Amino acid sequence: MAIDTSDAVELYRRMLRIRLAEERIAGIYPSDKIQSPVHLSIGQEAVSAGICLALRPTDHLHATYRGHGAYIAKGGDLGALFAELYGKESGCTRGRGGSMHLAAPDVGLMCSSAIVASTIPVAVGDALASAMRGRGRVAAALFGDGAIDEGVFFESANFAVLKRLPVVFVLENNGYAIQSKVRERHAHEELWRVAEGLGLAGARRDGDDAGEVFSTMREAVEDVRAGGPPRLIEYTTCRWCEHVGPNIDLDAGYRLPGEKARAEGRDPIRLAEESLRGRRGLPGAELERIREEVRREVEEAVAFAQRSGFPDPRTLCDYTFRAAS
Amino acid sequence: MRTLKYGEAIRAALAHAMRRDPDVFIMGLGVDDHKGIFGSTKGLAEEFGRERVFDTPISEGAMTGVAIGAALNGLKPVHVHMRVDFLYLAMDQLFNIAAKWHAMYGGRSSIPIVVRAVVGRSWGQGAQHSQCLPSFFMNVPGIKVAMPTTPADAQGLLLAAIADPNPAVLIEHRLLYDIAGPVPDPPEPVPFGKAAVRRPGRDLTIVANSHMAVESLRAAEFLSGHGIEAEVVDPVSLVPLDRRTLMESVRRTGRLLVVDTGWTVCGVSAEIAALAAEEAPAALKHPVRRLGMQPTTCPTSKPLENAFYPGASGIAREAFAMFGRGFPEGGVPEQTSAFKGAF
Repeated sequence: MAIDTSDAVELYRRMLRIRLAEERIAGIYPSDKIQSPVHLSIGQEAVSAGICLALRPTDHLHATYRGHGAYIAKGGDLGALFAELYGKESGCTRGRGGSMHLAAPDVGLMCSSAIVASTIPVAVGDALASAMRGRGRVAAALFGDGAIDEGVFFESANFAVLKRLPVVFVLENNGYAIQSKVRERHAHEELWRVAEGLGLAGARRDGDDAGEVFSTMREAVEDVRAGGPPRLIEYTTCRWCEHVGPNIDLDAGYRLPGEKARAEGRDPIRLAEESLRGRRGLPGAELERIREEVRREVEEAVAFAQRSGFPDPRTLCDYTFRAAS
Repeated sequence: MRTLKYGEAIRAALAHAMRRDPDVFIMGLGVDDHKGIFGSTKGLAEEFGRERVFDTPISEGAMTGVAIGAALNGLKPVHVHMRVDFLYLAMDQLFNIAAKWHAMYGGRSSIPIVVRAVVGRSWGQGAQHSQCLPSFFMNVPGIKVAMPTTPADAQGLLLAAIADPNPAVLIEHRLLYDIAGPVPDPPEPVPFGKAAVRRPGRDLTIVANSHMAVESLRAAEFLSGHGIEAEVVDPVSLVPLDRRTLMESVRRTGRLLVVDTGWTVCGVSAEIAALAAEEAPAALKHPVRRLGMQPTTCPTSKPLENAFYPGASGIAREAFAMFGRGFPEGGVPEQTSAFKGAF
């Protein structure tokens, strides 16, 4: 499916927002101002940017603890993200959730969870609600390759197929559950096929190429919205950083041979820049202008977080239960 | 008012809620079959359609997540489990997602799901069909928990749970299903957080829930014939717990016996005993006593099963001991052991 230049630019902008925000997070991290463990998406930006641009703003996404990318790409406020990482009341979850539990329901990022696979059935229930109310909205479950180790993935896939719910399962395969490789956890490495026996059709796509992610995801999203069966798309990608923490660890001993060279050769942001400059003929100055804009957004977000206040300890138990309306 | 059995009262509440609110729906293994969860959902699929009353795969974890995702969008699922034991398979979704949602995501949304689960007993239900797990749900903040004892409670708490913006777990007891009692018609909600004084008394407070409230009332009758007036207080709602009603009774009588339908260790009885130690220690004329299931796995052989559960005789025996008295001749007639209905 052809991609408009405006979409290609938007994909680039969203990826850059993720990259520059996370590089800033990694820079701040040693200062201990960020009071939450961080699971960075550097190297995986194309997946979040592509699927979020393919979803409508009113569509719902359910993500994971490696969720900064999804939050940013779905349109979550950058200041509220940094404020959340700083533990401030102005954070997207008021300093309660932290990095692993980002949510921005006003832009359709419904939840993210630190328990692997746990948001998959929630996405399916979200799709059930849509199906019971006219099917206008699509739900997407974004999860890593570790999530298909969990039984709840298969339970969720079965029910989604059974009820033909408007949900897209997005398997973001970065090759590792913490440091455990796919091949150490699965005899069968064609992950997109694991639920075929349940009737969940899958495909494997290049998750380094934001344009490919966007076009394949858009096709799937609109197909399920129109009444097609649920779909699974596996996007292959590369996590540059350690599982948790601010450091790039491509040189750590556990990596597959050649992975560092692959990461450097397939940097999704550089691929996008090359495509925009080459095939689409955008001047380098235009890309630099976008980069400068995003850099400024990130700095404003950091400043917002720094000047925001901490939550009042007296509000500690305020949200244990919701008061009846 | 009209007279309904416990299971019928639940059904009446569901039908009432579904007629008034198109967002209410029922899901769970067997909810739309001819038996209808011991009658409690019988005929509802025919009345409201199979989009609103539907069977599920035996996938407790995912189906709880599905209920959460639906609730997130304004629907009000009632998720039914024929045996509470299967809720162990739903713990991740209940505890990590539903219970935490409102706080974890900054108080902007919440998860109004209702989980109904039935405790099994009798006819050799055994190790995995007889557990009573309210303390699990009490231990994790964010879930409302109740154990309705009477048909009116069962009907009213279910309506309150459906209307509540928070996750709620209702633990029903299979042996209560055929007990009849007066219920409001049309059904009315019974609020969480209110204990019920089932029987007034001046000498001793017996705090007992669910089926043990029934057994305790039988024990109290027997005690009354021997000069001890026991007040039987049923917490009904465990989260929130009506501390005031419980402790007022303890302050009045000065003696507390807690009888729980589940295990004692870290259980409901432990919580209530701790409450008395914290809030009414000066009133206590005798150490608090507790009864519950024996600290072992539920057996199937009848003599063992009888020894596993507390009953009216054991409750009365414990009460006499709290007055320094032995158990009189005769004893409390044992509860029916003839129950052999659809499990």
